[in-house]
Amino acid sequence: MTLRIIEPGPLSLIQDLGRFGYQNIGVSPGGPMDEHAFSWANRLLDNPLNDPQIEINLGLFHCEFQLPTTIAITGASMSAELNGVAIQPWQSYLIHTGDQLSFKGARSGVRAYLAVRGGLDIPEILGSCATVVRDQLGGLHRDGKKLLAGDCLQYPATKPMITKQVPDEFIPEYCQDITLEVIPGYQYEWFDTQERQRFFNSVYCVTPQTDRMGYRLSGEAIYCQRQNLVSEGIAPGAIQIPADGQPVILMRDRQTMGGYPKMGCVTAGSLNRLAQCQPGGTIRFVKKDLYEAEAGYRVEKQFFCDMNR
Amino acid sequence: MKICPVNENSVIIYFAGTHNAKPTPEIADEIARSLSIIQQEMSACIIDVVPSYTSVFISFDLMTIGHQSFVQRLQYVLDHCRSRQAEEAELPLIELPVYYGPEVALDAKVITDHTGLSFEEVINIHASTLYRVYAIGFAPGFAYLGNTDQRIAVPRKKTPRLRVPTCSVALAERQTAIYPRESPGGWQIIGRSPVSPIDYQRKNLSLFEVGAKVKFTPVSKAAFLDMGGAIFPEGRFPEGRSPEKQRFQEGL
Repeated sequence: MTLRIIEPGPLSLIQDLGRFGYQNIGVSPGGPMDEHAFSWANRLLDNPLNDPQIEINLGLFHCEFQLPTTIAITGASMSAELNGVAIQPWQSYLIHTGDQLSFKGARSGVRAYLAVRGGLDIPEILGSCATVVRDQLGGLHRDGKKLLAGDCLQYPATKPMITKQVPDEFIPEYCQDITLEVIPGYQYEWFDTQERQRFFNSVYCVTPQTDRMGYRLSGEAIYCQRQNLVSEGIAPGAIQIPADGQPVILMRDRQTMGGYPKMGCVTAGSLNRLAQCQPGGTIRFVKKDLYEAEAGYRVEKQFFCDMNR
Repeated sequence: MKICPVNENSVIIYFAGTHNAKPTPEIADEIARSLSIIQQEMSACIIDVVPSYTSVFISFDLMTIGHQSFVQRLQYVLDHCRSRQAEEAELPLIELPVYYGPEVALDAKVITDHTGLSFEEVINIHASTLYRVYAIGFAPGFAYLGNTDQRIAVPRKKTPRLRVPTCSVALAERQTAIYPRESPGGWQIIGRSPVSPIDYQRKNLSLFEVGAKVKFTPVSKAAFLDMGGAIFPEGRFPEGRSPEKQRFQEGL
């Protein structure tokens, strides 16, 4: 059973939930930029939560299915077409031999997810097939390469299943003006009151220097009295403030350690929304209580995990 | 020692009294000791740990334990382990061959100009110090080793090299390191090792672990080549495009 890539677009990557347990030797975890959309794609197909999918960044993707299966597409809206007929994301679809699926450029959002019933059959390295280009790890050949035209991905034979849709209330709107929830932490105390106020009262812009490693913002500069921080472990969503005062938010392919002062972290939910924000989008920050954020994240995780029991 | 929340499912433990203490061999010992006990007692709920100079970052599985319970349990385990000093895990001494020849010591002149020493003296000092692994990061297997002798402390390059050859041994301030693979980098290159610090096909993926002791041994060019070392002229590497350039090209 083969999915053949005809056009991969600028950056299509194999992802599972990430490569964990190796950050102590400097290996980036990787994983889906928008975990919410990724999790829904597997759920629509009753797949285990960690099953490998294709993360289509920016669109312009085109593939052919060489045997029947069921697929799900979620995430950014990229004018998807099945055999030339427009289809909607956040749904599953039955696929017949020779069917072709194509995506145009991203209209709203940045990243779409394509999952196949039973999961794509991808070899793992260090316990995961998540592609981290910089670390030369994961993907179809375990070497961190992005998908290329002509690549053939295997999937298991499955019986046709009832197609499903994600309920409306779980489908996010990918806005270009977003408010991110911030859990204060790390060196928060190092920033004086005025700098913290400036941070929470300003509007920042997502710059084009933005990738799977980090989102660079531009706007009001934030100054930290102290810069002599020894390097320490970095969480997803950590907000670094380098010497130029322009915040950098660390994403899935982040380096494992860094030495810039950090305001805290954006919540897991906010990180997913940021991952769908294009350069030029505007960002505001709002404080979030740690335990409220934890409760929210736990509810979401529980929801997706229950299906796997 | 202080445990601070980081996000929904992670915390950072700051060792040493103050928030930003200077790393010392004593703190490295304490971190290595604490890590081993944390891993023994709490591995069932831990996802990842990132030990560094004066801190340990830990992320945990929210489906197994809540934030507050995790912090309480961690505090208990750390207090408990401090009173239990007997079973200290002795970390290995890693001896690493280095060829310091002119073909591979790309910054020999910068180093001698800055230190006022002859390159032979620099080699003697570099190879006669016992180093500690303070942290691993920047790239998989990139170990920060310290402290180097004050006499061979050199600043980083103002403009980093776009491509540092694989297995280059380098200096920056009071630290030394081996580049695990070709990458951009601003440290001053003093030699090259035939041994790769990381190999995904090897059981011990990373040669180093935080807390380990490291010593460099000078070897001849013949021995270096014999052990699988490679010499190629600067700017002409066999591995193709540099990872950094590749990343820019890929845009996202």
